[in-house]
Amino acid sequence: MSQRGSVLPPLVDRHILTSKTRNDVGVGAFAFLFSEIVQYSQTRVSNVSELERKLADVGFDVGVRMLELLVHREKAGKRENRILGILSFLHTNVWKNLFGKTADSLERGTSADDEYMISDHDLLVNRFISVPRDMGHLNCGAFAAGIVEGVLKSSGFPARVTAHSVTSEGLSRPKTTILIKFSPEVIERDERLGS
Amino acid sequence: MLLSLYIVNKSGGLIYHRDFSSLAKLDTNDTLRLGSIWHSLHAISSQLSPVPGCKGIELLQAETFDLHNFQTPTGIKFFAVAECNSQGVDRFLKRVYGLYADYVLKNPFYELDMPIRCELFDLQLTSEVTLTMNA
Repeated sequence: MSQRGSVLPPLVDRHILTSKTRNDVGVGAFAFLFSEIVQYSQTRVSNVSELERKLADVGFDVGVRMLELLVHREKAGKRENRILGILSFLHTNVWKNLFGKTADSLERGTSADDEYMISDHDLLVNRFISVPRDMGHLNCGAFAAGIVEGVLKSSGFPARVTAHSVTSEGLSRPKTTILIKFSPEVIERDERLGS
Repeated sequence: MLLSLYIVNKSGGLIYHRDFSSLAKLDTNDTLRLGSIWHSLHAISSQLSPVPGCKGIELLQAETFDLHNFQTPTGIKFFAVAECNSQGVDRFLKRVYGLYADYVLKNPFYELDMPIRCELFDLQLTSEVTLTMNA
């Protein structure tokens, strides 16, 4: 038996959720799996927006499950009921657990009050993906947008969530911005709850 | 100093080519021809070898240039033309193999054995080349 085996307890005796193993999924393994999801979805759609819809649907189910898990694990069962609360939960807790870091920014939309944006300069799902020119505005971050939508919808904040590539000066590659547009009743409720 | 890089797939088709200097310019047809000729030469060389287990030509030294070749276990060849006695070309080719594995193979829009058209690969390769040239 190797030296390492004698120091660590057998695999099945170890706790699954130690801080060491929690984020222990190889980026390569995830990248290949995600690549395969995109290729599979591509065979079943006829245009770019359908592909984005399909990826968002996959992400939606991840979001629903992540909410359940993280509220239990990190929030001790406490449910967010304010817009800012749930947004920072997404920006911090969800991002950290899924992508190993918090999102780069969380901003309020400039044009409308019901719009918020979460941006990431190097979104994990897009790290290895170059979109061909003929696919135009496709952003595979639609998967992450689906996750966000899943978390929001199942915690009582129905919203329309889309992913966009935003080019900005001084950056070699476009960042991914996830645009969240809340339903009117969510805004109304948040106003009623006051500050 | 690096002059140009070629990537040839397992059946001898050129899937990527890039010149790093205005010195060694070939037109597209010539690069395709060079790619497949090198593929055949490489195959012949490993069969001609008197010693068993030969993996083919790794370095071709000419009067004016060196050609370094790196073949992966799946039969893809990365080869670079460089000035005589350039250092670190083999390491560069291995790094390019790493970039290929990351930014080409993990890209869902890339079809195996087809020409490489991946923005991110180009971008990463450019920085790798600058790194090697300045080393």
